[in-house]
Amino acid sequence: MFDYDFMQNAFMAAAIVAVVSGVVGYFLVLRGQTFAGHALSHIGFTGATGAVLIGMSPLWGLVGMTVLGGVGMGLLGEQLQKRDVAIGVVLSVALGFGLLFLHFFTAFATQATALLFGNVLGVDAPTLWTLLGLGAACLAGLAVIARPLLFASLQPELAEARGVSLRLISVAFLALAALAVAECAEIVGVLLVFTLMVGPAAAAQRLTSRVGQGVALSVLLAWAEAWGGVALAYVTDWPTSFWITALSGSVYLLSGLPALLRDRWNHSP
Amino acid sequence: MTAIGFDDVTLTLGGRDILRGVDLAIPQNAFIGVLGPNGAGKTTMMRAILGLIRPSSGHIRVLGEPATRGHAAVGYMPQTRGLVSTAGLSAWDFVASAALGHRWGLPILSATARRDVERVLDLVGASSLARRKLGALSGGERQRLLLAQSLLGTPRLLLLDEPLISLDPRYQQAMVELVRGLQRKLGLTVLFSAHELNPLLAALDQVLYLGLGHAALGTVDEVITGPVLSRLYGSDIEVVHLRGRIFVMSGDHPVERHDPNQCRSHAESHAESHTRHV
Ligand SMILES: Nc1ncnc2c1ncn2[C@@H]1O[C@H](COP(=O)(O)OP(=O)(O)OP(=O)(O)O)[C@@H](O)[C@H]1O
Ligand SMILES: [Mg+2]
Repeated sequence: MFDYDFMQNAFMAAAIVAVVSGVVGYFLVLRGQTFAGHALSHIGFTGATGAVLIGMSPLWGLVGMTVLGGVGMGLLGEQLQKRDVAIGVVLSVALGFGLLFLHFFTAFATQATALLFGNVLGVDAPTLWTLLGLGAACLAGLAVIARPLLFASLQPELAEARGVSLRLISVAFLALAALAVAECAEIVGVLLVFTLMVGPAAAAQRLTSRVGQGVALSVLLAWAEAWGGVALAYVTDWPTSFWITALSGSVYLLSGLPALLRDRWNHSP
Repeated sequence: MTAIGFDDVTLTLGGRDILRGVDLAIPQNAFIGVLGPNGAGKTTMMRAILGLIRPSSGHIRVLGEPATRGHAAVGYMPQTRGLVSTAGLSAWDFVASAALGHRWGLPILSATARRDVERVLDLVGASSLARRKLGALSGGERQRLLLAQSLLGTPRLLLLDEPLISLDPRYQQAMVELVRGLQRKLGLTVLFSAHELNPLLAALDQVLYLGLGHAALGTVDEVITGPVLSRLYGSDIEVVHLRGRIFVMSGDHPVERHDPNQCRSHAESHAESHTRHV
């Protein structure tokens, strides 16, 4: 299966996106902002359909809208980011507009499916380079803010007193998360961003209590799930995104086992 | 030199004056109990000392400098809420996140910073907790981790906001003694806010009592008196000394409450439980 260009591209794209989502997802889960990440992807859908409508590449529409949405959510403040209702309203309005754009541009159905559910097998070489560039930018940005981000996530009041600007960190992080979401949407689609951003990170946090190990494990799991999905899709001819979600869900379920077994063990005489 | 100086300070939040024209000179190397009813402004005052809230008038000086955010010699233990989403992290990582956590870059600690984390865990007697998950710790153990974070670096002033919250009387006593010991050993100035005076009595150098926008600073005998507290509460307050403990009474009810959920009608049984906790 490595003989085909599109398969090589798919594996490389999946690897790039897995690394980025594994790292960013870890902080998203740690900060309890997974729903915000989910909402960003829906906002991105509107950006992508809007971009197609005016003849631009959907990826850039996706990136532009998610980053805008991320910065907006960050500016609205600490409290609002976690207010699920506000986020829910914004995301359904965004999806509604996406639908409207779709309505205006009927020839768009296959592209819409690709946006919603991803199309990793359709990644061409230029897109691969774009993914690599965006991913590198995202990780570089995260490397700059990682330390105060961790501090602000675990102990916001203390971090603020130590001189960390919670607002700045929050906006910067959501902007970076938006980049990751846009990348991720390219592989698994906007509806399934959760599967690579949240699944592996949440499983990693159940498996280890150390931050460093958690990030590494989150990346490894995301990578394994993404490659596993691509390979299984090749073998079965079922959609890649299905396999990635199936793997991600299974891994998350299994990650609860060690704690469960430990409890059983402790409780039995 | 004073540790903290308030010069005609007014603190305003949401259009309301929390403190009005307060002058204070808090001495160095002292254990100060910060008391006052819910909403009196204990947290607000600490945040102002940290430079997080600017006085609407007047000046605050901290260790000889104007109050600013990120003063390296000021340690802080915020009034805690639940640490829910972080329950899976290890105690070590939690404490370590505060070690020079304001610097840009990757959260990788230098050997010096790691030694500092070990030092503060040891100071609060929490070294054995380092590998445990936050979610698997008791409230008292978590409070000790927060105290450890406040000791990172080289603080000379500690602002501890309600370290006794949700601790049982025995743990409360242990916490007070721990902080008192650290205060003496490291030569610190400690502001320790609490809802009850009695657990602090043995450790206190001075009391800072807040109420109705005013503040009174002095020894227990100077501040915990009917006339001073009547002004801070805006009602007739009587101070009752009973078997080495002090009860601040408004009419027949003690005004300090051990458990904020407990309602006033239970005040009698509450006074009883006070006496049992000796
Ligand atoms: N951001 C804010 N905007 C407006 N008012 C505020 C704000 N934060 C606090 N307040 C008010 O300021 C007053 C003082 O609050 P503060 O938290 O300092 O009291 P406290 O003495 O620490 O109380 P507690 O014992 O309950 O912790 C309260 O009446 C509170 O409602
Ligand atoms: Mg308070």
